Amino acid sequence: MGMRKVAVVGAGMTKFVRRAQETPKELSWEAAHMALDSCEMTMDDIEAVCLGTAPDAFDGIHLNGEYLSDGAGAWRKPYMRSYVGGGTGVFVPIQGWYHIASGLFDVVMVVAEEKMSSFYPHAQAAFLTIFDHITERPLKPNLLWIFALEMNRYMTTYGISKADIAQVAVQHKRNAADHPCSLLGDADITVDDILNSEVLAWPVQRLDVSPVSDGAVAVILAAEHIAKRITDKPVWIEGVGWHLDTSYWTNRDLAYPRYVEYAARMAYDMAGIKEPRKEIHIAEPYDPFDYKALHHLEGLQLAERGKAPELYSDGTASRTGNMPICPSGGLLGVGNPIAAAGLMKIAELFWQLRGEAGLRQVPGQPRRGLAQAWGDLMQVGTVVIMGR
Amino acid sequence: MHERVAIVGVGCTGFRSASPEQSYKEMVYEAAVRAYNDAGVDPRSDIESFVTVAEDFHEGTSIFDEYTPDQIGGALKPVHTITGDGIHGIATAYMLIRTGQFDIVAVEGHSKASNIKTLPSITAYAQDPVLNRPLSLNSHFIAGLEMNRFLHVSGTLHEHCAAVVTKNRFNALSNPLAPYGADLSIEDVLSGPIFSWPLGKREIADHSDGAIVMVLASQEIANSLTDKPIWILGVGWNNDSPSLENRDWSRAIYAEAAARMAYRQAGINNPLEAIDIAEVDDTYAYKELQALEALGFCREGEAGNLTIEGFTSPDSRLPVNVSGGSLGMGNLLEANGLARTYEIILQLRGEAGAQQVEDTNIGLAQSWRGVPTNSGAVLILAN
Repeated sequence: MGMRKVAVVGAGMTKFVRRAQETPKELSWEAAHMALDSCEMTMDDIEAVCLGTAPDAFDGIHLNGEYLSDGAGAWRKPYMRSYVGGGTGVFVPIQGWYHIASGLFDVVMVVAEEKMSSFYPHAQAAFLTIFDHITERPLKPNLLWIFALEMNRYMTTYGISKADIAQVAVQHKRNAADHPCSLLGDADITVDDILNSEVLAWPVQRLDVSPVSDGAVAVILAAEHIAKRITDKPVWIEGVGWHLDTSYWTNRDLAYPRYVEYAARMAYDMAGIKEPRKEIHIAEPYDPFDYKALHHLEGLQLAERGKAPELYSDGTASRTGNMPICPSGGLLGVGNPIAAAGLMKIAELFWQLRGEAGLRQVPGQPRRGLAQAWGDLMQVGTVVIMGR
Repeated sequence: MHERVAIVGVGCTGFRSASPEQSYKEMVYEAAVRAYNDAGVDPRSDIESFVTVAEDFHEGTSIFDEYTPDQIGGALKPVHTITGDGIHGIATAYMLIRTGQFDIVAVEGHSKASNIKTLPSITAYAQDPVLNRPLSLNSHFIAGLEMNRFLHVSGTLHEHCAAVVTKNRFNALSNPLAPYGADLSIEDVLSGPIFSWPLGKREIADHSDGAIVMVLASQEIANSLTDKPIWILGVGWNNDSPSLENRDWSRAIYAEAAARMAYRQAGINNPLEAIDIAEVDDTYAYKELQALEALGFCREGEAGNLTIEGFTSPDSRLPVNVSGGSLGMGNLLEANGLARTYEIILQLRGEAGAQQVEDTNIGLAQSWRGVPTNSGAVLILAN
């Protein structure tokens, strides 16, 4: 017997903002409600719910998945929360996929929520608790300097300049100016703005980094026979992949994300993709930092190692280019409520492939897109390939 | 798509009230090696995906899934974490295999409760931060409220709950894995200190440390790996209201719904007829009685009398918690459901030693996520 086909049939998202007035439950419910409305469904149609949210420390609630359950629409339904750190946003639709592909369910709602502003004064402090309590935590590491190490390694290995990398931030933030939910869209930003922004931990500067944000996204997944009844334009999940590398991130060569490569190969195999650079029409790589988008494009086999900046300088990555990258505006532009940001990429592909992305619409009726997220200790890659 | 899925290997380490000489990674490694030897598989070459269950605040680490791959042999493989009970983890592995994408998947859960200095404060941090946390409610206090309501509505007596304690802790005496075996009378249980009326200290499972790993496989692979595959007939899970203000305090509706889902998959209409042995949540003694009613083994208000009459003792019609349950083996946090499942697997394989029950073919394991949740899972297994 072949694999059951699973489609995305609806999507909704809240605005991404720095400090939401809503509680985490309310954010979840707003996104869920919009996703249901988008495909004219109600909670009665939903058989199970999958939730993604990053560390419990942000909401400051133990068993946070349980707390969020009714907000996410899971009251008296089968409900589970999955978890791969920052990769969660693109993992949670994979969780929804296996719920349906297993044959146990036909319609599943996938919700991703993050409210980072509850962590006062700044969510960065929550990240102190992600490090090994014996070998690393005593050094009081900050995520920014961990990223600085990786960015430096990437730049040094391939001879990439700060200006090469700043193009990414410029393009994503400009793209985000067309996204109604974005936090940092800016149509006029330039490379100089990025290079002149405050240095946080060399070579990371303020505008190289995505903003701390609050927000939620939800999508509805359905089995083939249901999807075709609900919509003329189902967007199929053609391939999924995820890989988690060792916790000992200090033993890895940070220049290349092998875990992303493995996750991508798993997804390409499932989707029957042999030549990703020709067969992927839109890419939404994970871009919490501008260099990460480049790093991930290489891991995804969409660029040669050290050559990803060329996609930006030769126009390939622009919204009208041959392979638009982050037409949504990405995390750098739309915002980075961690798990919700990953699922935003899935929602973006859904809208783009249906031709419903408004001002952000990529021309030429794209047929296939890829979304990817990354997380943990430079450690996990999650990949979803969607197609019409 | 793979229709049928079996558990082909199990391994554990523990269970004890403290384990100062071993880290959680070392405990998990030990359990994993045992499970992989039991299944005859190599984690690096044979196991295609791994599922772990954990909660950040129990581990004292944010994004705890970071620390799961190495000790289970999962580095650079498809690994993910479910913030649920071990039976949620088994359900996840079951779904992964059924998609047809994977043939062999491992599940891991553990407890290092002895590492948590302020466990009551941590569990209380699961309450609604706006509505409940300002009241400083201890988790046992909430359980006491629920127990009181359950006794009141179902007509169950406190003695009935005490009978659960005497049975389970006595059963634990013949379980070499159980640290809390004891020969207590109902009077001994009732004469203990009261934590939150009517809930007494001796009706609460103490915590223990331990780790459990299981290996699941598709039908074809399972049959090639072992002569004793334990088949998953059904699995269900459900969340009732997480809010204290609008839930049914007397019934375990999450368990009723999870059981319905599992029974439907297994084609079971009369659970008492179909099921030979059960391991259910007894992190508080009254929860076992509430669960037996929710699972449809008897009508509301009957579980207590049945327990006192010995209906759920090891040599009776429906042996329940022959392992000693959580009262006997300890509360293992996210690994509770795996501990319940572990016993069912040993029983169905005929490897339960002194606790072995004769003629067991179908078994049920059930779990609850603890105060203040209203969520749990049910697993039905057959040999």
